[in-house]
Amino acid sequence: MNTKVESFGSMTQLDASEANNASRKRNSAWILSKRYWYWMSFLMPAIPLLSGYLAIESGQGVWLWFTVAFLYGLLPIMDVIFGTDESNPSDDLVETLKGQRYYVYIMYLATFMHWASLVGMAYIVSQYDWSWFSILGGAISAGIMNGVGLVTGHEMGHKVNDRAQANCSKLVLACSGYGHFSIEHNKGHHKDVATPEDPASSRMGESIYKFVQREIPGAFRRAWSLEAARLNRLGKSEWSMGNEIIQSMSITVAAYTLMLAYFGPVMVPFLFIAAAYGWWQLTCANYVEHYGLLRQKNEDGRYERCQPHHSWNSNHKASNLVLLHLQRHSDHHAHPTRPYQVLRDYTDVPSLPSGYPWMFALSMIPAAWYSVMDQKVVDWAGADMNKVNIDPENREAIFSRYHRPIVADDAA
Amino acid sequence: MNTYQCPDCAYIYEEEKGAEHEGYPAGTTWPDIPEDFPCPECFVREKPDFIKVEN
Repeated sequence: MNTKVESFGSMTQLDASEANNASRKRNSAWILSKRYWYWMSFLMPAIPLLSGYLAIESGQGVWLWFTVAFLYGLLPIMDVIFGTDESNPSDDLVETLKGQRYYVYIMYLATFMHWASLVGMAYIVSQYDWSWFSILGGAISAGIMNGVGLVTGHEMGHKVNDRAQANCSKLVLACSGYGHFSIEHNKGHHKDVATPEDPASSRMGESIYKFVQREIPGAFRRAWSLEAARLNRLGKSEWSMGNEIIQSMSITVAAYTLMLAYFGPVMVPFLFIAAAYGWWQLTCANYVEHYGLLRQKNEDGRYERCQPHHSWNSNHKASNLVLLHLQRHSDHHAHPTRPYQVLRDYTDVPSLPSGYPWMFALSMIPAAWYSVMDQKVVDWAGADMNKVNIDPENREAIFSRYHRPIVADDAA
Repeated sequence: MNTYQCPDCAYIYEEEKGAEHEGYPAGTTWPDIPEDFPCPECFVREKPDFIKVEN
């Protein structure tokens, strides 16, 4: 009898370990299969072109708005349908995947596709007879792809010591004229993230429309002064071609001038709106990624290191696959040079209720944003509002409404 | 010549090589690097965080 029980017990263990093995295999198989899903990075820029083709074929200019529906409609629906991605690569798999150039080539191809998409849409809006409303749709669609291009530029821009990737980053950032991004982001945002000093971290009670007025000029000033300081150390002028901001901006100026020359004056509003909407996408990302979160100061006056709980995360499958896992944002800030294919999901980190596409839409309606996010920030801080990055103008109102720090029993 | 390692991303500062791109020429010794020098690869760790690599 005893023997039977023992053998039954060990069978269960065996089953459990087999089940474990099977689940590990499934996990690895899924992670390896993502190598094909990342093709979305270079396939997505074809969406505006495809919608342009449909508009021309059908004579219905409204198709030029399709990319807008894709971002704010289809992607959020896919996030709901496909849910979250619980898988994390094992240490062995990280070692295998992290150095593979395949994942870099995807981004090179995406860079080419972003330029093809922008020029293609410029051709479509300028060479056919559209209403201003359709042209606006085409421009915003191009802007959305410019924003997606910033994600690719962001990923490559972190690989500062891989000159090919760093240069390709300048090229893709040039689509929307955001050439100062890599410097601003790597040396500025990553250093100051989740502090009141960071123009690219939003504060609780600050609407996105107020945030953008601080973010865009603040980010540019910070990038320029960091690059000027670097060039001065090298004994060069900041007004030289050694300035990496000027390098990327030159590509933008050259390309925009050519498009203006070939496609005519409609390029003025088209390129302006496409670039501005690209910038706006970045504003949305900066707004949602660290809203209200605050790093504390150490005794030596330096801020504590950026911890996983200083970033909002979203682990939704669909949006992560199209955004190079940018939404696994805690791991990105913990290890800024870690390549996208091995970014990990952390448990117990601040989590957004949806992927970026839906959160971006929400951020544009401040009342809706506050109703979803403010309580999450309060919970994150244990209702101690001294631990929150708050908009100074709304400080009193937020304190009187939410400040209920839990006082330990023995202190009371 | 001494070497110092970023504790986060494993970047190694070698005095022999310096960090040319960031404006610290080859031969810049560690004491000549400013206190607020960020790791030229990940930029999230600064000079005081670096660990001396023993040869």
